[in-house]
Amino acid sequence: MIPELGHFALALALSLALVQSILPIVGAGKNDLRLMQSASATAYGQVVFVGLAFAALMNAFVTSDFTVLNVASNSNSLKPMIYKVAATWGSHEGSLLLWVFILTLFGASVSLFGSNLPATLKARTLSVQAWISVGFLSFMLFTSNPFDRVFPPPLDGSDLNPLLQDIGLAMHPPLLYFGYVGFSIVFSFAAAALIEGRVDAAWARWVRPWTLAAWISLTAGIGLGSWWAYYELGWGGWWFWDPVENVSFMPWLLGTALLHSAIVTEKRDAFKSWTVLLAILTFSLSLLGTFIVRSGLLTSVHAFAVDPERGVYILGLLAVSIGGSLGLYAWRAPTMEGGGLFKPISREAGLLVNNLILGAATGTVLFGTLYPLFLEAVTSDKVSVGPQFFNAAFIPMMLPLVLAMGMGPLLSWKRADLFGVLQRLKFAALLSLIASLIVWYLSERGPVLAYVSLLLAFWLMFATLREWALRIRLFETDMPTAIRRARNLPRSSYGMTIAHLGVAIVMLGMIGSSVWKSEEIAFVEPGTVLSISDFKVTFEGVERTRGPNYFADRGALRVERDGEYVTTLYPERRTYPVAQTTTTESAIRSTPAGDLYASITEPASEIAEDAGAWTLRILYEPLIGFIWLGSIMLCFGGLLSLSDRRLRVGAPKKSESRHAQAQAAE
Amino acid sequence: MKRILAFAPLVIALIFGGFFLWGLNPDRDPNEIPSALISQPAPNFDLPAVEGLESPGFSRSDFDDLDKTVIVNVFASWCVPCRAEHAVLTSFVEQDGARLFGINYKDKPEDAVEWLENLGNPYERIGADFNGRAGIEWGISGVPETFIVGEDGTVIYRFVGPVVGDAQYSKFHTALLAAGAIEGQN
Repeated sequence: MIPELGHFALALALSLALVQSILPIVGAGKNDLRLMQSASATAYGQVVFVGLAFAALMNAFVTSDFTVLNVASNSNSLKPMIYKVAATWGSHEGSLLLWVFILTLFGASVSLFGSNLPATLKARTLSVQAWISVGFLSFMLFTSNPFDRVFPPPLDGSDLNPLLQDIGLAMHPPLLYFGYVGFSIVFSFAAAALIEGRVDAAWARWVRPWTLAAWISLTAGIGLGSWWAYYELGWGGWWFWDPVENVSFMPWLLGTALLHSAIVTEKRDAFKSWTVLLAILTFSLSLLGTFIVRSGLLTSVHAFAVDPERGVYILGLLAVSIGGSLGLYAWRAPTMEGGGLFKPISREAGLLVNNLILGAATGTVLFGTLYPLFLEAVTSDKVSVGPQFFNAAFIPMMLPLVLAMGMGPLLSWKRADLFGVLQRLKFAALLSLIASLIVWYLSERGPVLAYVSLLLAFWLMFATLREWALRIRLFETDMPTAIRRARNLPRSSYGMTIAHLGVAIVMLGMIGSSVWKSEEIAFVEPGTVLSISDFKVTFEGVERTRGPNYFADRGALRVERDGEYVTTLYPERRTYPVAQTTTTESAIRSTPAGDLYASITEPASEIAEDAGAWTLRILYEPLIGFIWLGSIMLCFGGLLSLSDRRLRVGAPKKSESRHAQAQAAE
Repeated sequence: MKRILAFAPLVIALIFGGFFLWGLNPDRDPNEIPSALISQPAPNFDLPAVEGLESPGFSRSDFDDLDKTVIVNVFASWCVPCRAEHAVLTSFVEQDGARLFGINYKDKPEDAVEWLENLGNPYERIGADFNGRAGIEWGISGVPETFIVGEDGTVIYRFVGPVVGDAQYSKFHTALLAAGAIEGQN
């Protein structure tokens, strides 16, 4: 009964979305306030009904209702409760429901927090948001109903893919979707502004907090996904340039560009049509991700079960939403006049460089991701584009960005004094050179590119700190004044400083773990000793243990350094009998200096198994923890900036006072 | 100029969309691993018989005077999916009248003998590829793998993984029919 109620709630939500996609926008055209305000009721109604449907599905998973097909194929009565809950969004249908639920949540929050928006812009934004809702709700109801029943019901379910039974991955999709779907609001704002034909500084100010919120979630989602890949897949890598990773990375890159270009639109009234285009493209890339993951277009380890019918439906949605918005853009954009002028050396120009590089990088990743498809279509050759391409094309492109990032915040608007900026940064440059030389002296030799990247990471770190010191006049006035100034700096300024430092920290982690990584793979028998970095690792044997829905072969590795006992690592190889899959649970000893990472895989052969011999893989990855520390800093910086008072209350006052001034002038 | 530039994103998006539409063709399988051997003569190899087994050994020259398209299956006793696939291959031989050759990959002879005694031996010839040399020649990515070889000794089709389950069965069965390795039932 409850699943049917859930299904019914979805149908009701669809009809509300249909109403909301027409009435408010018609009202905005006629300037009819009642029609425009109907959007609030329907937006709240949608979130209530989709929320009910989501709760109904979760209920089916929690109570292990195997008469529901989705539960039967993705859950199991033996599974721990937390993964039963998480299995709600583990399948194609369930994750789509979560997607739509978040979409309606964002719609309702625009309605709730958008009381300071002009009525017409708000009505149009909510209508555009409802169009997206209609598209996805109908997609779900017509092709992927999560509440389909199965008869006769199986006695027990066939279990969720055990690789996904992990706390990191249980949280990964919701965060990622908050990011993807958060950009839908920005998209709706952009489409509404194009329909209205007006993009101004106030518009950019409304758009920024939503962009920021989406960007923070996406950053957290990608960081969490990469952490999961690191410790769960047992390869010790954290990024594989897999198509599905790339499709989440592209909206992040472009969203980062949008975050910066919106500043220019807000402060200087420039880059208007570019900001609108970025807003459209960022969400388009999020939609593209949804399409690629669910259509089987490209080969990936992460893709959902493939169904061409679904693929065609999503492609139709993409054609309408992306094609429609870009068509609207082509029609309206030329009429938008550019705002504030600026010199080639100025903060505007710095942010332009940021946007150009991030845009080009996104294009490169997009091209690399889709190249196999293009090539197969044209020549029917099959290739795969691997990390070699992406590393060779992407890294050199990003390094100039890091160089510019150090200087950018010191440039002033309109016209800046490059010589003066460099003058102020000379100590930062000197310090980064010294730090790199120290690393060069201490480390084993790596490639030149590694040292160049390292120099730039240090440069970014010191230049960012220097910028902060300049703001609070740390070395120019007495300490109490500096502290008072530090207290009075706006949160958004700290947000920028921490996020930029986070990028430097992430870079250090990436460089350390990819250049100075050491790896040992060996067939080991109890008593075998391996040495890696300055550790001595003794394999003590394997024992069989049991978990709730799996059994595991658990290896014990005694780790010593300089003859002293450090720790014992217990990597596991888990077998899930119901799902007939095995997973690797690596054992990691984390320190700030680096991770010692161990995983075991099954015996090389049956002969080897009798002898108790296993394939053991040990890695030492210096600084790898910095990647996640830096990701946390990025998110934290974003949150600080989001909590800045200016973003919460600033916008309406400014537009009102302007209005008053305009009237006074008449 | 500005107007033309504003249309550029739309045009690019439409081109992408065209490729996507092509990519959704249901017959297209991006996971399919192409083999350099397809439409090429089968590689050279010469494998002795498995010790303790009556089936003769298997080499390239066995393809020289074929009267019919044949199946070549790479298997091993230590490979669990092979065990599942064995019944399917046997049914092709016994019910559909296919000719089946085997390459016993990196296996201990006594294990292979025991395995075939338990499950039955549908193979006409079995070559013992103890060091995996023939496996390299055939370019296999793992066991099991199954090839269809035409009368003239050219490789027609390659199937990676076990022929188990409805979807895999019908795919391989269709390929067998198309290649003429078996007759269609009525």
